[in-house]
Amino acid sequence: MDTEDLIKALAADTRRPRLSLPATWWAAAGLAALVAAVVFMLTLGPRPDFAAAAETPRFLLKFVVAAALAAAAFGAVRSLSRPGADWRPAAACLAAVAALLVTAVVAELAVLPRALWATRLVGTNSLVCLTYIPLIGLGPLAVFLAALHHGAPTRPRLAGAMAGLLAGGLAAVFYAAHCPDDSPLFVATWYTMAIAGLAALGALAARRLARW
Amino acid sequence: MDETGDSELARLMRAALAGDEKAYRAFLGRAGDLVRRFARRRIVDGAIDPEDIVQETLLAIHLKRHTWRADMPIEPWIAAIARHKLVDAFRRRGRHVDVDIDAMAETFAAPVAETLAQREVDRALDTLSPGQRTVVAAVSLDGRSIRETAEQLGMSEGAVRVALHRGLAAIAKHFGRRHGRD
Repeated sequence: MDTEDLIKALAADTRRPRLSLPATWWAAAGLAALVAAVVFMLTLGPRPDFAAAAETPRFLLKFVVAAALAAAAFGAVRSLSRPGADWRPAAACLAAVAALLVTAVVAELAVLPRALWATRLVGTNSLVCLTYIPLIGLGPLAVFLAALHHGAPTRPRLAGAMAGLLAGGLAAVFYAAHCPDDSPLFVATWYTMAIAGLAALGALAARRLARW
Repeated sequence: MDETGDSELARLMRAALAGDEKAYRAFLGRAGDLVRRFARRRIVDGAIDPEDIVQETLLAIHLKRHTWRADMPIEPWIAAIARHKLVDAFRRRGRHVDVDIDAMAETFAAPVAETLAQREVDRALDTLSPGQRTVVAAVSLDGRSIRETAEQLGMSEGAVRVALHRGLAAIAKHFGRRHGRD
């Protein structure tokens, strides 16, 4: 078949995808948040002293970091689903989120007596954290990978990893409402590990994303 | 490509997305020229037929045209897709050389003229269901319109459109993946 013949067939095919790429991403974000919320409410639910905790800066910081991570990863994954789009601004946002977390850790080390460092880092809930952030994030990850499939990722492994970060950040927003450990030392250790697991899973699943 | 050329391509694509089939043909023709130049520059050892890259890229451009934003320069978009397809083809070929010794022997045994004539797109066409294959061949090789194809095959125009779309998507999926091994 000559290229001219192929072009005839392509031009005659006027069926187009129903969803634009931005619409796909926002629909995916909504669906993923819904899935995460349902899984969270069915399995864990918010901690009993939620209202009191909501007035402490450490508790609030968890949401700020998790939401910032989700927002930055959302930007990254959206650019990476579009061939030729520049994803460096989104990468800069991700670096800013990392810097925010590092700053919080340094501040915590400054205000906390040295004797408490290890206690706060280990916390009381690390296994729950390592279990439930991936569990809550698994459904969202599947949704975001499907959205990537609708796009055209030219760097599938990176795009899959960003989808994992996004799913992890979203899951962490919910999980933070349950977790009794509020220290940045705990968050920087266990949340990061759990979210990195989802990112690795996303990168692994991305093999299939390369085919389009 | 200079800036005016780029915006001309973008103009054609915008018209195409608004439903102008003639503009779309012109766009695909020019995009194909761009990709051909790009592929010929990069394939130096003759291992891959640049025209296969052109065809695979045009298919991808077509099926993923919703990933282009109308206010985005179109040339980097086309280049990114072409690069992805070229890298993919090199990677696939590397794997076939290692794995697919039988197919290589077949290739060597086959008459030269025949191997030259059969493109990857034709191999992919062979994997389609008979219905899809007939429709794709009628529209491409025979150059028939949707309506003529529908009349000739005794199908509704809607059914022809569906078969064409699914056939092209299936060709894109099978492109360069021989014997279902990859």
